[in-house]
Amino acid sequence: MLKQTEGSHAIAECVALCRPEVICAYPITPQTHIVEGLGEMVKGGDLKNCEFINVESEFAALSVAIGASAAGARTYTATASQGLLFMAEAVYNAAGLGLPIVMTIGNRAIGAPINIWNDHTDSMSMRDAGWIQLYAETNQEAADLHIQAFRLAEELSIPVMVCVDGFILTHAYERIDIPTQEQVDAYLPPFEPRQVLDPREPVSIGAMVGPEAFMEVRYLAHHKQMRALELIPRLSAEFRQQFGRDSGGLIRTYRAGDAKTIVVALGSVNGTIKDVIDELRDEGHAIGAASICSFRPFPSEALHEVLSHAKRLVVIEKSLAVGIGGIVSHNLRMALSGISLHAYTVVAGLGGRAITKASLRALFERALRDDLEPLTFLDLNQAAINRELEREKAQRRSGPSAENILRDIAGGTRSAI
Amino acid sequence: MDKPFAITLDPGSSLANRTGSWRTTRPVYVDRLPPCNHACPAGENIQGWLYHAESGDYESAWRELVKNNPMPAVMGRVCYHPCESACNRGSLDESVSIHAVERFLGDEAARRGWKIEAGPSTGKRVLVVGAGPAGLSAAWHLRLAGHAVAIHEAGPLSGGMMRFGIPKYRLPREVLDAEVQRILALGVELKLNSKVDDVLATMKAGAFDACFLAVGAHLAKRAYIPAGDASKILDAVSVLRGMEGAEKPLLGRRVVVYGGGNTAIDVARTAKRLGAEESIIVYRRTREKMPAHDFEVEEALAEGVMMKWLSTIKEAGEASFTVEKMALDENGFPQPTGEFETIEADSLVLALGQDVDLSLLDNVPDLVVENGSVRVDAGMMSGYPGIFAGGDMVPAERTVTVAIGHGKKAARNIDAWLRGETYASPPKHEVATFDKLNTWYYADAPKTVQPVLDIIRRQGTFEEVLGGLDEGNALFEARRCLSCGNCFECDNCYGVCPDNAVIKLGPGKRFRFNYDYCKGCGICVAECPCGAIRTEPETI
Amino acid sequence: MEMQQIKFYQTGTFTVGNRLLDADQRSVQANMERTNSLNSGHRACQGCGEALGARYAIDAAMRAANNQVIACNATGCLEVFSTPYPETSWQIPWIHSLFGNAAAVATGVAAAMKVKGRRDVRVIAQGGDGGTTDIGFGCLSGMFERNDDVLYICYDNEAYMNTGVQRSSATPPAARTATTMALGPEPGNAFGQGKNVPLIAMAHGIPYVATASVAYLRDLEEKVKRAMSLSGARYIHILVPCPLGWGAQPSDTIKLARLAVETGLFPLFEAEHGEVVGSTRIRRRVPVEEYLKPQKRFAHLFGKTPAVGTLARIQEMADRNIRKYRLIDERRHG
Repeated sequence: MLKQTEGSHAIAECVALCRPEVICAYPITPQTHIVEGLGEMVKGGDLKNCEFINVESEFAALSVAIGASAAGARTYTATASQGLLFMAEAVYNAAGLGLPIVMTIGNRAIGAPINIWNDHTDSMSMRDAGWIQLYAETNQEAADLHIQAFRLAEELSIPVMVCVDGFILTHAYERIDIPTQEQVDAYLPPFEPRQVLDPREPVSIGAMVGPEAFMEVRYLAHHKQMRALELIPRLSAEFRQQFGRDSGGLIRTYRAGDAKTIVVALGSVNGTIKDVIDELRDEGHAIGAASICSFRPFPSEALHEVLSHAKRLVVIEKSLAVGIGGIVSHNLRMALSGISLHAYTVVAGLGGRAITKASLRALFERALRDDLEPLTFLDLNQAAINRELEREKAQRRSGPSAENILRDIAGGTRSAI
Repeated sequence: MDKPFAITLDPGSSLANRTGSWRTTRPVYVDRLPPCNHACPAGENIQGWLYHAESGDYESAWRELVKNNPMPAVMGRVCYHPCESACNRGSLDESVSIHAVERFLGDEAARRGWKIEAGPSTGKRVLVVGAGPAGLSAAWHLRLAGHAVAIHEAGPLSGGMMRFGIPKYRLPREVLDAEVQRILALGVELKLNSKVDDVLATMKAGAFDACFLAVGAHLAKRAYIPAGDASKILDAVSVLRGMEGAEKPLLGRRVVVYGGGNTAIDVARTAKRLGAEESIIVYRRTREKMPAHDFEVEEALAEGVMMKWLSTIKEAGEASFTVEKMALDENGFPQPTGEFETIEADSLVLALGQDVDLSLLDNVPDLVVENGSVRVDAGMMSGYPGIFAGGDMVPAERTVTVAIGHGKKAARNIDAWLRGETYASPPKHEVATFDKLNTWYYADAPKTVQPVLDIIRRQGTFEEVLGGLDEGNALFEARRCLSCGNCFECDNCYGVCPDNAVIKLGPGKRFRFNYDYCKGCGICVAECPCGAIRTEPETI
Repeated sequence: MEMQQIKFYQTGTFTVGNRLLDADQRSVQANMERTNSLNSGHRACQGCGEALGARYAIDAAMRAANNQVIACNATGCLEVFSTPYPETSWQIPWIHSLFGNAAAVATGVAAAMKVKGRRDVRVIAQGGDGGTTDIGFGCLSGMFERNDDVLYICYDNEAYMNTGVQRSSATPPAARTATTMALGPEPGNAFGQGKNVPLIAMAHGIPYVATASVAYLRDLEEKVKRAMSLSGARYIHILVPCPLGWGAQPSDTIKLARLAVETGLFPLFEAEHGEVVGSTRIRRRVPVEEYLKPQKRFAHLFGKTPAVGTLARIQEMADRNIRKYRLIDERRHG
């Protein structure tokens, strides 16, 4: 059913259609509206047979989810940013125990400086925790991915993060097709846990594993993700069959067939990228895009195929690996084996900085001319940076940069240093 | 369940890990010798019968008891209970009133008519001379072993000193008779008024294969006291024996008893009961040196018996006796002071000890008599093969309990000797001393006080002074037993083992260590209330 | 707690079992068919109080819940010694997730049981003092505050033993640990204000809070039984001596647990809905020295010049407990 709704609410409705049995809620912007929506449905009786638990921290949220999932309940939670870091230990643990929890990340920057707006630093920090990470390009996909996520998680017994750009998606009102319960029930069978805490068949879950078996456990976790590389496209195809639209999959290409320049990005920024590509295509440039939906497992083969005839690769990164550059770019290296091309890493949109069509167009034009540094920071206020660097040069301890720059930008007066 | 590799494990699978290999010391269950058993002259398994009594199984308790002593009702009344002096509970609050429980069991047996069968016949015949405690005890054990027994008793009644030496108020005769009857009911032939003058002749005449001599010390020792013709001087044995006859001894209004032993006390108290206004014990040393048991002295004093310490009787007149005061020298011996006084009294009873009439042994070759006692070996056998002796006839403390112990010991040796063997007593275990116990676990419970007959009635009657315990009290008292050195299945070891390495075998079967998992921590040893587990070094 | 008044039974209920008692008066541990929830073959040190406490508590819970128990375990000694791959000592459904989240995991399990209609299945969370009073405290408090249907059991051995005896918020004053060395003018752990988690638990107003000791098995079992008879958040704090960390003889584990109670340093009490409803009387009161002396972690108090002042302060703590929790029967002790 089509409805004009907020992204978060659409996600909440789709999660509810998945018949979750335990939902853990802890507020953190920008995912809060999702759990609020679910809480309302549970409290109002629309979502039956579900425990909605208000916990005292994100660490508890995922810990409660771990317990619930291990006891055989279909379990959901959502978080973002600092919250994801606060539960980091449990994030690894849930994956290590192979518990099919689904968690939405309302992607948001990580402080300090504290910042509530969108980038991918939070989920990227957990990219190696053993979870499957799916990035939604649109709110329709965000909603749909949750349905696929439960199916994927439970088939493989592995937790899945659905990463949704904070505000850009979570708070955007759009027309979204919310499936019916019958549709979802047909796609998502009831949860049959691979292992479960049950007095009828006692087991010990979470043993201490020493050097004699730890490598094997880790390998098996990797192997599980490799199986996901096959399963994700299958589930996506099945989804298309039943719901009549494309959602999910490993990657999605856009006008990439004959493109010599390929732009790679994750999440909602792909919409803007496609618009700019359309413009440049109209002007005769052989440019296309590849949107990565499944960042974990990383679809190296699929990307290799897309990039095998390209001359140029531009990676738009919504996170920064401080001290080296782009995380997605470095992951892509694995897919570039045997391909010779110019690769540019562009760090963009950190902390919610708008990524405009104009900026992207200018960027791509420079890329097409090979007039780009290997690592570029999109729309950096170079003047502010220069002034701060000058100050730092003048005095070793110049105070917190963030505050200095903010004052600068606001035009505030500062005493001479 | 499709369990993931390594992370998820099957329940209880740690049994594969035999932690017993960590051990450097190992706990071992032991049976230590309880101090009460150790102290008992009759060799009773006191802890053993209390164990049954604790659960209210008095018949099993009694059966365990009479394995060693056929006369618990008597013993519970007349024994001076060295067991209670040794009892570890005495270091905790007060010792267990073992004699009271024993008496209860004995009385209960009489009331309920519990009986024991004799052993299958061996065809051997044993002569027992004397139907006192030693002789009766030997007869009981010999019958249990299947030997035919005939007791030849010189006196008109059975019981020996139990009847003729112990006043009724301490041992009612129906109690004695009941226990004697049970012994006789095993098929013991008792010949009363049948003094043995020549033991070898008697043995030959009766075709006896062995003999146990158990003649009591009925001959009173005399002291030379110058006395006038009219002086009334009696001996304690005669007085007490006289109490069993129809005509009670005539002692008068004022009676002096000379001596400091239990017999002196018995006579003094008997005199009170016979109507004496004054009953005075004269003893040459102090109260502390008196051989009589303190509780009997206390009871006598409470009944109005008077005591004259540090005094000897020098001369007996018609109605008065001259007494010389004594003083203790530096070695603690009484010495005359030359100070005299006169006590008005109608009679003097001498309670200066007794001897055994050994004339029946005159013709026995190789049988050695020394200082009025028969010399016996460790197996109670005299120099003449097949003739054994015990009780007052051999050098030992002369108590009923010792005599009963002799009877048992002699019977076991006679039994072995008749089979051409030598009796070897089982090795004695280490004594379970107080330091071996963990007394924290025992419930606080001071001793049950036996009801005591009130003073007025005690002075005028021969009713039993100490009452028995009722069933509830007896149970309480039995349960005060600490079961020193012997597992009483409190489950502590089973419970406190952090490694579940103690296997409980079920009621009455105790426990077993599972050395596959026991790490040797020693908690079971430390927390065993009764000291029935020992730590031993592990051998590699 | 309603303790049954019983007649004199030689060892009464002080020993684990007592053949003289009726079957229903016997301890769970005395039973030949007890669960042994924590099986043999675990790798706890010799004389481990925690291994003992865990079996006591979980077996009692199993009895009370008709064997329908799921346990969630914090990281720590208990977890490490019970479940090293490839063997587990647990005979019940059991999960270990993290150091600080046992209470929250249990909340999740309880929620799953509720939603699945398995009301008969009872959930227990357990951990050491570090996992409870320190790192797991947030989750613990959250579980209390929500009144989740979980019994949390803390096995308190008064330090981080698994990592090599470092101080926790449950470490007593003056105790030497690897991070509170017996050095300087005030050797050992500082005299802080203490962190009394049972009292903090009571402040949440939860249905049931109790302290217990491995030396008082019947008391412990009664408390577990009582806790299992209630719904909502419940907390039992069990003192479990650690021979290694306390520098004590392995055989002295129960003795020390007993002395901790008999000195008054570890009061046994229980509370319902935030109110103390009962305390266990001290049977034979002893001075604190008797408890401290056998432990090497307090050895610095008994050197050539005994730390009289410190000992007096510790004695004062014990005395305060005795007054506060009425640990001595005034009628008996005047």
